[in-house]
Amino acid sequence: MKYMLLIYQNPAGFEALSEEERSTVFEDVDTIVKELTESGEWIGGDGLADLSQTKTVKVRDGVPAVTDGPYLEAKEHLVGFSLFECESVERATEIATRWPDARYWAVEVRPLMGAGGVEM
Amino acid sequence: MRTDVHIEDLLRRLAPRVLGVLVRRYGQFDACEDAVQEALLAAAVAWSEEGIPESPRGWLITVADRRMADQLRSEQARRRREDRVAAQAPADVSLAPAPGDDQPPEHDDTLILLFLCCHPALSPASQIALTLRAVGGLTTAEIASAFLVPEATMAQRISRAKQRIKATAIPFRMPAEADRADRLRVVLHVLYLIFNEGYSASFGPDLQRGELTREAIRLTRAVQRLLPDDGEVAGLLALMLLTDARRSARTGADGSLIPLAEQDRARWDRGSIEEGIALVTDALSRTPLGPYQLQAAIAAVHAEAARAEDTDWPQIVALYGVLERNSPNPVVTLNHAVAIAMVRGPRAGLDLLETLDGDERISTHHRLEAVRAHLLEMAGDRTGALASYRTAARRSTSLPERRYLETRAARLR
Repeated sequence: MKYMLLIYQNPAGFEALSEEERSTVFEDVDTIVKELTESGEWIGGDGLADLSQTKTVKVRDGVPAVTDGPYLEAKEHLVGFSLFECESVERATEIATRWPDARYWAVEVRPLMGAGGVEM
Repeated sequence: MRTDVHIEDLLRRLAPRVLGVLVRRYGQFDACEDAVQEALLAAAVAWSEEGIPESPRGWLITVADRRMADQLRSEQARRRREDRVAAQAPADVSLAPAPGDDQPPEHDDTLILLFLCCHPALSPASQIALTLRAVGGLTTAEIASAFLVPEATMAQRISRAKQRIKATAIPFRMPAEADRADRLRVVLHVLYLIFNEGYSASFGPDLQRGELTREAIRLTRAVQRLLPDDGEVAGLLALMLLTDARRSARTGADGSLIPLAEQDRARWDRGSIEEGIALVTDALSRTPLGPYQLQAAIAAVHAEAARAEDTDWPQIVALYGVLERNSPNPVVTLNHAVAIAMVRGPRAGLDLLETLDGDERISTHHRLEAVRAHLLEMAGDRTGALASYRTAARRSTSLPERRYLETRAARLR
């Protein structure tokens, strides 16, 4: 099963971390990505640029409206995602548990929809 | 690259037999597998330009052998440089037996290779990937595209599996007699997983993935030829053929899933059905009973009904009863409940479903709710059915299954 990990942060909270704590976050991510790559579970992932770089696009009656800034105002927001394939939801959750952002904020484990299916 | 279907089929069929020769000659499964893969790629190019050589197997062995010899020579040179031990003469690789003459042409190491690729020390994902490459002769890119992952991810699964085989020093021979049955069960399970992956994807334009069913059937056929007296091998092959026979009837023109009861049975593949029925009938009459034979027998009863209403449900109930005793699992109970509902009415089926509510292996699975919805609808409980269809749709991670469940729900609104 393929899973997407949605990684949330509070930007003010991240800035408040010490230099050492921030380095640990990056190192922990590197370690997990390396492990998942070696195990053949890693599919891909990336960090997202700062919220200030967001454009929200809405189309109403065929008319697009583009505004700066996020669609939803929230204290925590999405800062990155990773995509992997693993044997079970338990394994997916275990990976999420080790994602450093989970210690400070939260990460979500979301199964991907597949195009395959079996008649019932 | 491999456009010619005939060449592709030939290469895939020869792949394990060439690999067997190389591994017997050099050991080093991982390096030999790379050499064979390179030879297959070279053949795909050369043969489509110059035609198929007189001895395709000999051609492949010669090319793969040359790659192995080159590699061994450069490794030895490197080791000499590293160790500065000039006195140690390298083995004269030119004295290796001429390609193909060390094994009679009918010799086939496919089974040993399957046991190796499906070794319990490997993860299921690695077993599948390595089996398709080393035994199936597929390229890493083809396997990656069939499983919808990047090529780098699939390459890593294969290389990890090969490292593991090397590190565990798994020998290249048949498993000991005492382990053989357990090890064969793993091989059959891997083939079953490959088939399912292909079958669940084999509609619409997704042909690359659907091709996995063809590969799984081809490999299972090869195992069945090598182990003609094993009832479970025959049972698995029969189950695949009987399931695959429904392939073109199970999808509507718009890509929607059509349930078994509503399929146009004229579109079922009679050839596959007859072969499947013959295989399972023969296995049931002369080998010990097993889960694949029982599942194939159930599929055969469905296949024998000209119309859905002609289905011999009491026979299916009886077979599920045996299957539940033989290899109990919640999915079997789920299907048993459907069959019981068809014979004794929906309430009897729903009663059996209740026994699964506390079973954490399936209690949150969309299939349990989907079956409950179906039986509630049969029982005339539209409100209950609607709620269950909606729950099932929310739980499903399959787009066509979710769409099917939402459509059923919409009909009851």
